[in-house]
Amino acid sequence: MKFRTLLRHFRESFKNIGRNGWMTFASVSAVTVTLTLVGVFLVLMMNLNHIAGNVEKDVEVRAHIDNAANKDDIKGIGKKITEMNGIQSVIFSPKDEELTNLIDDLGDNGDAFKPFEQDNPLRDVYIIKTKSPQDVIKVAKEIEGFDYIQSVKYGQGYVEKLFSFVNIARNIGIVLIVGLLFTAMFLISNTIKITIVARRKEIEIMRLVGATNTFIRWPFFLEGLWLGILGSIVPIGLISVLYYNLYKYAAPQITFKFIELLPASPFIYQVSAILIVLGAVIGIWGSLMSVRKFLKV
Amino acid sequence: MIEMIDVKKTYPNGVIAINGLNVKIKPGEFVYVVGPSGAGKSTFIKMMYREEKPTSGNILVNGLSLPSIRNSKVPLFRRNIGMVFQDFKLLQTFTAYENVAFAMEVIEKEPEEIKKRVMEVLDLVGIKHKARMLPSELSGGEQQRVAIARSIVNDPKVVIADEPTGNLDPETSWEIMNIFEEINKRGTTVVMATHNRDIVNNIKRRVIAIESGKIVRDEHRGDYGYEI
Repeated sequence: MKFRTLLRHFRESFKNIGRNGWMTFASVSAVTVTLTLVGVFLVLMMNLNHIAGNVEKDVEVRAHIDNAANKDDIKGIGKKITEMNGIQSVIFSPKDEELTNLIDDLGDNGDAFKPFEQDNPLRDVYIIKTKSPQDVIKVAKEIEGFDYIQSVKYGQGYVEKLFSFVNIARNIGIVLIVGLLFTAMFLISNTIKITIVARRKEIEIMRLVGATNTFIRWPFFLEGLWLGILGSIVPIGLISVLYYNLYKYAAPQITFKFIELLPASPFIYQVSAILIVLGAVIGIWGSLMSVRKFLKV
Repeated sequence: MIEMIDVKKTYPNGVIAINGLNVKIKPGEFVYVVGPSGAGKSTFIKMMYREEKPTSGNILVNGLSLPSIRNSKVPLFRRNIGMVFQDFKLLQTFTAYENVAFAMEVIEKEPEEIKKRVMEVLDLVGIKHKARMLPSELSGGEQQRVAIARSIVNDPKVVIADEPTGNLDPETSWEIMNIFEEINKRGTTVVMATHNRDIVNNIKRRVIAIESGKIVRDEHRGDYGYEI
């Protein structure tokens, strides 16, 4: 194809948007409405995922070492743990530190433990974090089998429940987003299809005067692209402004440690990019699928 | 130029539109195709520009065997023939000029050449002064002139017209016929399906009459031959 012809297709696609004013309006509205919904869900799900990730990150394995172990034994255990698969960090916390932490954590009540400073009943502890939080249980089980390990704690019972809850929440989120995307594609491609059926005669005439299928497709392809991009402007604007304000004013009010919103700065741009790409892809897809029907003789 | 050999066409619903038809049309000829409604005229015409494929037999146009052309290559074949229809088939959102220019744009002609040639053919059909108007702003006769201009803008060897005067009043029909005669004089083959008795009887040309999917009459300078 000559460059001049490509320019012609661009010019033609812009003209067609104007020529089919109401059709353009209908298609753009459909894209706008569905992308707004998708966008809101995307923001919710990505934040929920972020929060869930924060919760999971706090999960750790605490391996208590038997008092019978000497320094070399303890070092050996540390080395063995470090060499295991999927370990992110291993921190050694001597029993004195453990007691100090305990006393600090309990505040005023902590004083009751002060007498134990002479004869510390606690154990030396290895605090292990795994690369993937889901590995915690497996790692804990393995460490339990090591020599000189008195006990392994990772919040048994609680952690399993947390993980299954987070997993369910994630899956529901994915299903919702995917479902919504399909609805969006269906709705938008249907709207575009209606607008193109109205132009079926136009396609027929183009074929009659000898336009190849590729030649006919190009302006429609570009029109789909413009429709998608036009349709994503309002959702992007709306979500950006709302999220920015939510982050700026509402987020500081939330004081729970785990509940922390994704910072507005990269997040808004990411969501905008996702929405504009989605709009473009759906627009092009809907447009080309609809034209295809009329290109067969 | 155009040749049909033992052509049969049966539609999926079982209707036999063309039933063993042989015909040869030489370059530069002017041919009327006449016959009662439902006789197979339209199918006959449609097969010439590969809108319909024959069920059996062969059709040659400009040396190409139409049944064997792939669907995707049909537009390329159509660039070498001009077509005119009863309902004009103009793009409603394009001006007269744009409608004619479009046929040149699809074959990627130079913009300068397009400009020059389009104005030339619009002048030939006598509608140059309305080049910037939309089809909705033109009368039926004017729209048909635009359609004819479009059909000849790429200098085809054949122009196929399906009831070109069907929607026009008698006076306008004569004007349109004059244009077709002019095109034919320049050496272009014209095949025209028509119901217009006056025209066929007054501008004497070869007449092919089709009934029940067969040629029942083929006369060098024939009459319309049917009562309306």
